[in-house]
Amino acid sequence: MSMSVTEIRRGLAEGRFSSVEVTQDYLARIAQHNPVLNCFISVTDELALAQARQADADLANGNTQALTGVPIAHKDLFCTDGVRTSCGSRILDNFIAPYDATIIENFKRDGAVMLGKTNMDEFAMGSSNENSFYGSVANPWNIGHVPGGSSGGSAAAIAAGLAPGATGTDTGGSIRQPAALCGVTGIKPTYGRVSRYGMVAFASSLDQGGPFARSAEDCALLLQTMAGFDPRDSTSSEQAVPDYSAALGDGIEGLKIGLPKEYFSEGLDGRLAAVIETAVDELRKLGADIKEISLPNTSLSIPTYYVVAMAECSSNLSRFDGVRFGHRCADPVDLEDLYKRSRGEGFGEEVKRRILIGTYALSAGYYDAYYLKAQQLRRMIKDDFQTAFDSVDLILGPTTPEVAFEIGAKTDDPVSMYLQDIYTISLNLAGLPGISLPVGFVDGLPVGMQLIGNYFDESTLLGAAHSYQQVSDWHLQVPELAR
Amino acid sequence: MSGWETVIGLEIHAQLATRSKIFSGASTAYGAEPNTQACAVDLGLPGVLPVLNHEAVNMAIRFGVAIDAEIDHRSVFARKNYFYPDLPKGYQISQFELPIVGKGHISISLTEGEHREIGITRAHLEEDAGKSIHDQFPEQSGIDLNRAGTPLLEIVSEPDMRSAREAVAYARKIHSLVRYLEICDGNMQEGSFRCDANVSVRRFGDDQLGTRAELKNINSFRFLERAINFEVERQIELIEDGGRVVQETRLYDSQRDETRSMRSKEEANDYRYFPDPDLLPVQISDQDIASIRAQLPELPEQKKQRYIDDFGLSNYNAELLSSNRDTALYFEAALVESPQLSTPLVNWILGDLAGALNKAGLEISVAPITPIMLSQLITRIDDNTISGKIAKQVFEAMWQGEGSVDAIIEARGLKQITDSGAIETLIDDVITANPEQVEQFRAGKEKVLGFFVGQVMQQSRGKANPAQVNAILRDKLK
Repeated sequence: MSMSVTEIRRGLAEGRFSSVEVTQDYLARIAQHNPVLNCFISVTDELALAQARQADADLANGNTQALTGVPIAHKDLFCTDGVRTSCGSRILDNFIAPYDATIIENFKRDGAVMLGKTNMDEFAMGSSNENSFYGSVANPWNIGHVPGGSSGGSAAAIAAGLAPGATGTDTGGSIRQPAALCGVTGIKPTYGRVSRYGMVAFASSLDQGGPFARSAEDCALLLQTMAGFDPRDSTSSEQAVPDYSAALGDGIEGLKIGLPKEYFSEGLDGRLAAVIETAVDELRKLGADIKEISLPNTSLSIPTYYVVAMAECSSNLSRFDGVRFGHRCADPVDLEDLYKRSRGEGFGEEVKRRILIGTYALSAGYYDAYYLKAQQLRRMIKDDFQTAFDSVDLILGPTTPEVAFEIGAKTDDPVSMYLQDIYTISLNLAGLPGISLPVGFVDGLPVGMQLIGNYFDESTLLGAAHSYQQVSDWHLQVPELAR
Repeated sequence: MSGWETVIGLEIHAQLATRSKIFSGASTAYGAEPNTQACAVDLGLPGVLPVLNHEAVNMAIRFGVAIDAEIDHRSVFARKNYFYPDLPKGYQISQFELPIVGKGHISISLTEGEHREIGITRAHLEEDAGKSIHDQFPEQSGIDLNRAGTPLLEIVSEPDMRSAREAVAYARKIHSLVRYLEICDGNMQEGSFRCDANVSVRRFGDDQLGTRAELKNINSFRFLERAINFEVERQIELIEDGGRVVQETRLYDSQRDETRSMRSKEEANDYRYFPDPDLLPVQISDQDIASIRAQLPELPEQKKQRYIDDFGLSNYNAELLSSNRDTALYFEAALVESPQLSTPLVNWILGDLAGALNKAGLEISVAPITPIMLSQLITRIDDNTISGKIAKQVFEAMWQGEGSVDAIIEARGLKQITDSGAIETLIDDVITANPEQVEQFRAGKEKVLGFFVGQVMQQSRGKANPAQVNAILRDKLK
């Protein structure tokens, strides 16, 4: 049995079970399945049980916060005071942060219990979780397939019932794509909605943290804890955070939903298109006003993204130099040797590839042709969405062009791997929120549908997803091994 | 050496006097134990983010307003990427396009009455790096990150200076200005005010600039002058011997008084500047600028003019008094006590006080004689309590900490004798004792009067009022 966040909260409030019992249950499931699935890089059993005991005391005293006693897993990209934060990289294999990320503080404030830190593509660079120093994560629906990435550990943990809720980060699709491939619900909020303080940077202008859970209803609860202005992050928004759970009932009737024709063209597996169309019919029945729209610059999003993201990452990852923390090579003969070998040994292939491309894109003589050009295209992509939102409330499409592929199928073809993010990347470039929710299966593997909202309109996204989940049960499906 | 023109531009790094760092809450105080004033942000730990200290922006704007510069409504921070162990993030947050302060200018005075306008290209904000320490651990280098993240204003001049002397005058002027604006403590030894000089030479009449060398590691105005002079000579000799100046960075070695090549242009980094995505562009409104302008203190130029107009000071004295903010503050504080005595006050400040400070190696702000003490001293000269000569004794005693003017006069019995009866008695004694000199005077030898004055003053141990002595002597000797 695996429960939703909502069910756990209710059960704890009604005293049907204790936080220690729930936590022990999840820790047992992790112990049972993690050797195969590899969802967790670190499991914090003792810490979790201590927090659960504290939660039970708080519950008994009526000192209850929003998530008191609810076990949560965190992507190993969020700094956790005293617990290793590896970012899936050898270079941080020995790194223990002396501070908590803002969202970690938020979960502590709201009484959540931390089960552990989840596996991920190294520094969030990847779409399959195969780029982790700690090994691939297996998709719980078929362990020969990838769970997606980069937050693959979190998504797979939810699908396998190893955690009821988890955090992730999304730079080009790293929450939505693994959510789709693992059949769970995941939301990437508007850029600036969730603090980036303590979230190790991949591409600062694109990175955004968000939650995974079984349902939109659960995501609303977790996002409530994560969202809000943080004076330590200059790019976080001061805009007030609405009550997401209260907005769940707003429904879908009368909502104008646009289907970009570019999202349903070549490249999309026809079987996925059919699944999405069935879901669209369902929404129409619920009273949504569906129309076709166009996002003409969609095809530019991948090249634009790979210039912006790589340029930023080449600079962001400079601090991993073997000087103050992280991996340092043995017996460096001089400074240059220290840098070259520490970084050479510490970073994996994909990270090195991206640092090299980004360094090239920013170098003298190429800046205008690449970085500056990409910034111009980014504005055009953003304008496309702004125009679309003049006539629709939400935009709908597939989250990915295909279902989870086999482990190893694309590792030799980075471009094919990059194309997995075709439908998700443009939101990061525009800074818009998006949610992925399960809407069916192809070949026994989940299909995700993406809803895209206007800036800071996470409520409408969550409400629409919730309405759909009220009349469907795809989000309640559980893979064989978790039954 | 004739036939050559020197062209100099300066890059000055002024450390801004904010209490905390430019992108973190850590203290900027100088001299703490290594790495005790570096927080997670200064260490560049994974996940940390910079948050702009707006006081640094205000200080930069204050500077911009004072040099009459263009100040854009939008300013952007950029990352300057390079690897060095004392640069924790692997990039320095600086500004590239859109600095806070755009084009401005400042006037420097050379000889009496001669001025030159020096163009200022830009002034931008950036964070300082830490310090590498190479001499404390065998076979290892230490890193102190206390300084990392300290705000700097980099002030870049146009290549408008034509001699080392002009470069020093410009650097001193900027130094004076930043201290007046209270945005930098100007301490060159502690590195709060650093000058790099771009130096090139060309034949007179050439309109192309020569290839420049950038001189670094200059921590006093004296060294600035010396470094430039050395470099100019080096470049001219090189060219005259058929060589070519290469674009490079050269370190000034004050021990040997020479510059040495540090790295050439080919070895220079490609800094890969790009806008820092962690920081939003700074928005500066016209109201922000106006309110900073309204709060500007009186600046050196304005002070100097006021001293000339109000107190009739010479251009030279007015410049001396106003160029150092602390000297001006001293003068103005002393003036409050004795507003009518500006002339003797200026003479004492620029004369005896400056001499004593110089000898003791002290700054005027910590002078043992306070402005009030000095003004009391001058008041006692003015009201004839003591003579100017005795005053020097009193000054010395005050310097030694013997107390106030009046206490010293009292304790040492230095009060001037102004009682004509007492003076007459002294004079009568001297006249009686020197009949020969009396004859000489009466025979028309005027110079002998000085002998009598001297004798009387000696008898009074300097306390007789010299003017009275003179008058009574003339009378008696008739």
